[in-house]
Amino acid sequence: MNIVNSMELKIPSKSINESFARSVISAFLLQLDPTISELSDIKTAVSEAVTNCIVHGYRDTGGMIYIKGEIAEDNTIIIKIRDKGKGIPDIKKAMEPLFTTGGEERAGLGFAVMESFMDKVKVSSKEDKGTTVTLYKKLIRAKYEKP
Amino acid sequence: MLNTSYQDNVLTVFLSGEIDQHTSKNLRPEIDSQTEALRPHTLCLDFSNVKFMDSSGIGLIMGRFRQMSLLGGSLKITNLPMNIKRVVQLAGIQTLGVIK
Repeated sequence: MNIVNSMELKIPSKSINESFARSVISAFLLQLDPTISELSDIKTAVSEAVTNCIVHGYRDTGGMIYIKGEIAEDNTIIIKIRDKGKGIPDIKKAMEPLFTTGGEERAGLGFAVMESFMDKVKVSSKEDKGTTVTLYKKLIRAKYEKP
Repeated sequence: MLNTSYQDNVLTVFLSGEIDQHTSKNLRPEIDSQTEALRPHTLCLDFSNVKFMDSSGIGLIMGRFRQMSLLGGSLKITNLPMNIKRVVQLAGIQTLGVIK
């Protein structure tokens, strides 16, 4: 996939940065003139992934969250959200709706929301090494204008 | 500071802004302390002014549903904006019969 634009962001795993991360991705994507619904879907998926880094990946420690946004020539946006936290022992189980290790006020719907609101979600993880979530969505209306 | 009204045994909480894991951490004890103090028959969460919500908001709704059930009352959710309705529906909240 030919990447025509990209951005990177590195933030500490503080919950106040959840809204910051959503806003940065949203600002980056505005160049594609996304629909309100597309933007809302992407912001929600990003929020879920970043929250997972904070609540699960860095539950007991804290650390840095690495976010990379890319725009491909065919107007697919690719967002990679990575932590170097505790990792997920069983990805299949973690992605089941309602499964959570986050306590009773966590809905266990993070991955279900990401999968429902994006075209594709890829998860790779290694225990005690960290987790990378990659979100893909092709924007319908957008047309990247070559400079 | 929560914007609320209390009338005819109904406590209405007017939520606003963005609901995520960060903001719901503060909302939860604020709503709970008011429901525990007033013991309303119905807790109504009004979403008119909520601009964004992720699944942390679902946890918040489910937690308040459980709390109101324990207190012998009920929960009502009103004025869900379209983008938030999608998250709520994905979670199956509509099956609880609380959305008005």
